[in-house]
Amino acid sequence: MPFNPQTPGDVEQMLATIGASKVDDLFDEIPKDLRIESLAGIPDALNEMDIGKLMSARAAQDGTPLNFIGAGAYEHHIPSAVWALTTRGEFYSAYTPYQAEASQGTLQLIYEYQTMITSLTGMDVSNASLYDGGSAVGESALMAIRAHRRSKSQRILVPTTVNPFYRKAAVSTVGNQGVKLEEVPCPKGSLSIADLEKYADEDVTALVIQQPNFFGVLEDVDALTDWAHAHNMLVIASVNPTSLGILKPPGEWGTKGADIACGDCQPLGVPLSSGGPYAGFLTTKMENVRQMPGRIVGRTVDMDGKQGFALTLQAREQHIRRGKATSNICTNQGLLVTAATIYLSLMGPEGLARVANACHARTNELLAALARVKGVKVAFDRPRFHEAVVQLDRPVAPVIADLARKGIVGGFDLSNDYPELGNALLVCATETRTREDIQKYADALAETLKAAVRAA
Amino acid sequence: MAMQKHPEKIIFEYSRPGRGAFGQWPTERHSPNEPASGIPANLLRKRKPLLPEVSELEVVRHFTKLSQLNFSIDTHFYPLGSCTMKYNPKACNQYAMLPGFLGRHPLAPESLGQGFLACMYELQEMLKEVTGMQGVALSPMAGAHGEFAGVAMIRAYHRARGDLARNEIIVPDAAHGTNPATAVMCGCVVREIPTKDDGDIDVEALRQVVGPNTAGIMLTNPSTCGVFERRIKEVAKIVHDAGGLLYYDGANLNAILGKVRPGDMGFDVIHMNLHKTFSTPHGGGGPGAGAVGVSQRLLPFMPIPVVGKEAGVGKDGDRYRWLTEKDLPQSIGRLSAFMGNAGVLIRAYIYMRMLGREGMHRVGEYATLNANYLMARLARAGFDPAYPGRRASHEFIITAKKQKDVLGVSAMDFAKRLLDYGFHAPTTYFPLLVPECLLIEPTETESKEALDGFVDAMIAILREAETQPDYVKTAPHTMTVRRLDDVRAARQLDLTWKPATSQGLRPTPENAVPS
Ligand SMILES: Cc1ncc(COP(=O)(O)O)c(C=O)c1O
Repeated sequence: MPFNPQTPGDVEQMLATIGASKVDDLFDEIPKDLRIESLAGIPDALNEMDIGKLMSARAAQDGTPLNFIGAGAYEHHIPSAVWALTTRGEFYSAYTPYQAEASQGTLQLIYEYQTMITSLTGMDVSNASLYDGGSAVGESALMAIRAHRRSKSQRILVPTTVNPFYRKAAVSTVGNQGVKLEEVPCPKGSLSIADLEKYADEDVTALVIQQPNFFGVLEDVDALTDWAHAHNMLVIASVNPTSLGILKPPGEWGTKGADIACGDCQPLGVPLSSGGPYAGFLTTKMENVRQMPGRIVGRTVDMDGKQGFALTLQAREQHIRRGKATSNICTNQGLLVTAATIYLSLMGPEGLARVANACHARTNELLAALARVKGVKVAFDRPRFHEAVVQLDRPVAPVIADLARKGIVGGFDLSNDYPELGNALLVCATETRTREDIQKYADALAETLKAAVRAA
Repeated sequence: MAMQKHPEKIIFEYSRPGRGAFGQWPTERHSPNEPASGIPANLLRKRKPLLPEVSELEVVRHFTKLSQLNFSIDTHFYPLGSCTMKYNPKACNQYAMLPGFLGRHPLAPESLGQGFLACMYELQEMLKEVTGMQGVALSPMAGAHGEFAGVAMIRAYHRARGDLARNEIIVPDAAHGTNPATAVMCGCVVREIPTKDDGDIDVEALRQVVGPNTAGIMLTNPSTCGVFERRIKEVAKIVHDAGGLLYYDGANLNAILGKVRPGDMGFDVIHMNLHKTFSTPHGGGGPGAGAVGVSQRLLPFMPIPVVGKEAGVGKDGDRYRWLTEKDLPQSIGRLSAFMGNAGVLIRAYIYMRMLGREGMHRVGEYATLNANYLMARLARAGFDPAYPGRRASHEFIITAKKQKDVLGVSAMDFAKRLLDYGFHAPTTYFPLLVPECLLIEPTETESKEALDGFVDAMIAILREAETQPDYVKTAPHTMTVRRLDDVRAARQLDLTWKPATSQGLRPTPENAVPS
């Protein structure tokens, strides 16, 4: 047992204090026939040296391919300071800051985070995180229903330009409460008011707008927001925080701004790590603050009038309200908020804008390079941020498999989620991709497509 | 002690125009004032966001100082009941952060993820073994998320059988708040049943509430009262006979690891808090991981994705792949964009491999030994266990009702004063049914000396409560802040920093940061 300090002498003394003759006696309230004697299916223990070898081999097995997928998780430069600080034991091994006086570090950090993320989104208030960007869309939908009392329908419109993984997570989150998430098809690769007209006279609680949308295309957020408000719908924005270094914040969309803005902090210093842990964010206007799910930190004063920080508005939460809480969330994604806050502090307004601009520039270069490859066509000629759809002249899956053999992760195959787009591939280049990387990808794709023709 | 005693400025108060961590920025030709090519002006940001403009050293120093305002497992004994604050081994973090794991995109081809998927598959198998369940899905991201998956599966099961009336979830009054909140999120109605004076649930009351509307019951065993539910087999029979299913809240799994398994007790579905039992860090509020285990009849409903294995032929060996909607068409669906908190799952995998068969068996033993020893010593020192005569599980409750009635010193006062003695407070006022409740969980990784030190502090505070109660009632006295005004925090909401509200923290002898 690798981490236990009790010596045989300690055990003997402790048992004597308890008045038990052996450790097993401490389990005498458990019915005998339920007890097990061994866990045969668990392997023998490994010491740190051996587990280190095993994990190094497993990590090496997966290699470090050149990545061109985004689709909701983005490869960015992560400053060394981010994880050097985040993994300090005082952050890493602390609990949720219930005992405020012994948790001022985490509490102040969350307050700073709330300040940064609300400024990025142009909103008034933020919570301390949700699980991820997908569940954040689900929680936003539930929150919109609570906030929009005049709407009775519990219907939320979700265009197909919203990340399909987010849509699926949201459906699983809200489905059992009779909330209906209705898909709005967007054949042109972006949401247009024409796609929405048929809902004009219906009771709809909210419209979700993703910016940039799943195809990397920029939605006409001002017009869409004003249309939704004119038709008595709230607007839920799902946004990429990197893009907000240069794009208009949801709080300023249209005349009144979006009502709720959510998304994922992953691009802010959080590694791809096979999908998690990331951190969902949720921000809104002050008038909706009591409808928010999750923890919120406020600044206050102590008995001596000195500034301090504490969890606040806890009457929304499950540990106080139980079945009447705004959500069941308890443990959230605090450590990733720590990383995101440190990242944003290092980047500042100019650094973040430079990252956003560099991503945009690299993606434009990638598209220019791919467009020169025979058999590749760039879809949706519209303003975009750092992702785009390209169409191939043949099925995508074998092409991706062949690129993988060349050490290139070539993009996300859209044919399962969007069969109407044909042989479509979603590609992304962030600031981490060099011109050489882009050329390497274009050359590899050209070679793959040529070889496949020969094979066919 | 590493505690920083001085307050720390808000990061924005260090900010100066033109400052920055320049070494971290792309060396791009574009200046942020120059519109990005091809993006229409009406889609661009007009005003800079309020982010600090500070040097890299300022960032490092600020967040290092903030960290020093926290108690943590690495720095303090942290006997927070129900939270299992055991040592988080450094190896788990080190090896989960290998570049090969960190750099892997969640949608990268499976051929470029076999090493990662092998870990996930083996983790599923080990969790099945320790819980006695037939299937495990790893994607829920915390305990409450696992609860959500579990109750959603219970609903899907009844629905698939055309048993549509079953929408009631039974929870004991001692249950964690997430249990009833989850039931409601899953569209169910909550039926609460009482706990008896000996800490077991009231089985007669259970008999009264079960019926044709029962979807299931959510139980924690050992319960949040810190005792093992002795009539669990009877409870299982009552619920199953009524057509309901049993949900196991795995927050207290640490107590029974290697001793008894939820699957053998009759539970149909469970969540595990890997951030408790399997020692992944709590991170100041997460991330966690709430893997779920199911019995045979719930296998088709598991949340996706799940890792499947195809036995290999020849030199290619086994192949692992994601099972999705196509493989599990009755699944309750996807709960996260990708596959949950993968990096946390790797940490849990490493921990389990380091414990091994023998170590796994010892976790429950030493956790229980430590708790019973601490309870015996505190009882001898004049504190009242809430359930005298019962064995403690891995945790136990002390009720400070006597101290409150006689000395006017509450459980909260003891908790706050413990901070001055260098101990994190136990969980206070949960479960709610025990007056002046201190729920204490030492965990197996604490030494006898650490436990004795805690008892000494409790005895010293009791003496103080007798001689100078006001001093205890106004504790803590040695933290950076004293008791905070929660009412003001809620009434005069100050949730974000604004330049005008800067207090500037002028250096005074008290808050001056020593150079
Ligand atoms: C008994 C019990 N159930 C459920 C939970 C919820 O777990 P989590 O915080 O991981 O969502 C907790 C933890 O706080 C708990 O102690």
